[in-house]
Amino acid sequence: MNEGQGAGSAQQGGRTKIRLENITKRFPGQGENAVDELSMEIPEGEIVILVGPSGCGKTTTMKLMNRIIEPTSGSIFLDEEDVTKVNPDQLRRRIGYVIQQIGLFPHLTIAHNIATVPRLLGWKRERIAERVDELLETVGMDPGQYRDRYPKELSGGQRQRVGVARAMSADPDVMLMDEPFGAIDPITRDRLQNEFLRLQEQIKKTIVFVTHDIDEAIKMGDRIAILGEQSHIAQFDTPERILVKPVNDYVADFIGRGASLKRLSLSRVRDVELHQWPTVQETASRDEVHRILESSDRSAVLVLDDARRPVRWVNAEHLQRGPEGRPLREIGLPAEAVVQPNATLSDTLNEMLTARYSTAIVTDSSQAYQGIVDIDSINEAVRSMRRAETGRLREQRLDDEAEVSS
Amino acid sequence: MTEVGWWESFRIYLEFTWEDLLALSIEHALVVIVSVLLATAIGVGLGVATYRTQRGRSLVLAVTSTFLTIPSLALFGLFVAIPGLGLGGRSVVVGLVMYGLLPIVRNTIVGLREVDPAIVESAQGMGMGRTQRLIRVELPLAWPVILTGMRVSTLVLVGIAAIGAYINGPGLGNDIFTGLARIGSAGALNLVLGGVLGIMILAVLFDLLYVVISKLTIPKGIR
Repeated sequence: MNEGQGAGSAQQGGRTKIRLENITKRFPGQGENAVDELSMEIPEGEIVILVGPSGCGKTTTMKLMNRIIEPTSGSIFLDEEDVTKVNPDQLRRRIGYVIQQIGLFPHLTIAHNIATVPRLLGWKRERIAERVDELLETVGMDPGQYRDRYPKELSGGQRQRVGVARAMSADPDVMLMDEPFGAIDPITRDRLQNEFLRLQEQIKKTIVFVTHDIDEAIKMGDRIAILGEQSHIAQFDTPERILVKPVNDYVADFIGRGASLKRLSLSRVRDVELHQWPTVQETASRDEVHRILESSDRSAVLVLDDARRPVRWVNAEHLQRGPEGRPLREIGLPAEAVVQPNATLSDTLNEMLTARYSTAIVTDSSQAYQGIVDIDSINEAVRSMRRAETGRLREQRLDDEAEVSS
Repeated sequence: MTEVGWWESFRIYLEFTWEDLLALSIEHALVVIVSVLLATAIGVGLGVATYRTQRGRSLVLAVTSTFLTIPSLALFGLFVAIPGLGLGGRSVVVGLVMYGLLPIVRNTIVGLREVDPAIVESAQGMGMGRTQRLIRVELPLAWPVILTGMRVSTLVLVGIAAIGAYINGPGLGNDIFTGLARIGSAGALNLVLGGVLGIMILAVLFDLLYVVISKLTIPKGIR
């Protein structure tokens, strides 16, 4: 690869956690290498996504990292220690592993499933029990309720959570995840992705994540490696830069149309400036609502309950139509399209499109009203993102030229 | 002899000989249990050793099927001539083990091959070695199928064990052979009937035993 960002090295960020050096894998009886001379560095504490079309070797590449597939040649380093030849079972106990089918052990309870690696490592019984409960809570499942259940008694989403808990059981620094959300319905998938990102903010693991879905890659990745045939790296970079400046047609094709729309998955509500909307307490009198409406250029007010949670949209017409004595809570329209600060702008836009005043209501974690996001805020966010990225690229190009000429 | 007379005679026969019949049944059951346990140890071992390779599987299944085609009377007769086996229980057990192998080997192979590869891979990915995977994951998951093999094997052996009496083996076959030798004389029919009935009851009891064993040993998660 001759492109600047094409090389398999992380250009910025912290320490290298995993390093592949000229890794090649040829399966017996096949003419071509499945993975060909791959070198790449996985920076510590980041989610690195391996993405590419089916058959490009992304899963093989991931499985080379914990040597489920042994490389034909080349070396694998974990924390700068050459692990190409160490005992593979010992190595794998240091690396969490989640596959698409999850692969929970159906004959064991949830607790025993999660306890697999700690038991292999010979932990004490009490320590294991404590760790199991802690992990179930981490992935949002009540230990008392689920500990002694069997995998077949769980929903797909719950099994996936248990799979993640099991991979984290011995607190590995590194987790390998092969399409972990692949077999789950879109709504649950979206929720699990968000939960996982929130979890990652706390645990800061080094995660290698395989997917064929570029949207998932953009949403989940700190860094994305777009792979071509034989696991050749087409581009290895941050999602922002891949979207703004794909290095070649292959990458551009893979991203597909609508790069601006995809960019909305990169920003969250907390990154944009919230606008305000006129609000009233639900106990307010109708005169008060009228007064607020008249002094505002908006056509409706947002009614909040005593905990400042949004309840209804009320406009002048609603006030006239409703019988005189009815509380504000019972007239107008329900306050839908509510998002939290960690929602992506993409999700927010989606909510807005179907919402009454083309507006998404933002609430904090206790569901109290914070402000609103409208189409102008999103438009502004996209433009500033683009400005920032092109600016950075220009600077970099100047740096590169300076280097070449010196 | 009228119908009622025949039945009455058998009833009286049972009243006087039930203790002997019970003793023979217990012997019979013990021979079967010992043989099934040995066949299970050998059969599961062979299954585990060969399930991964096409050639190993075919070989083991071909050999154990061939055992079943040998007439039992002939096989037991052969063993009498072999030093160390000879007349009696030992030859019977060896023969029964050979007959009991096929269902167990076949079901072990089928059961192990039916285990979802994703489950085995996730076990491998968590750092379980080959033996650990086998003992902690693959065999427990294949167990219901293996147990079915043992059940089939047991039922086959309960019947064949009767032939063992031909070479002085223990069990209900003794009454059957004695009765057959005296057919036509008084009480011969009762001897045969007693033996056959005992074998049928044993078969039913073994079946019930397997229901209990399944309940006790198959984890709730895969039932």
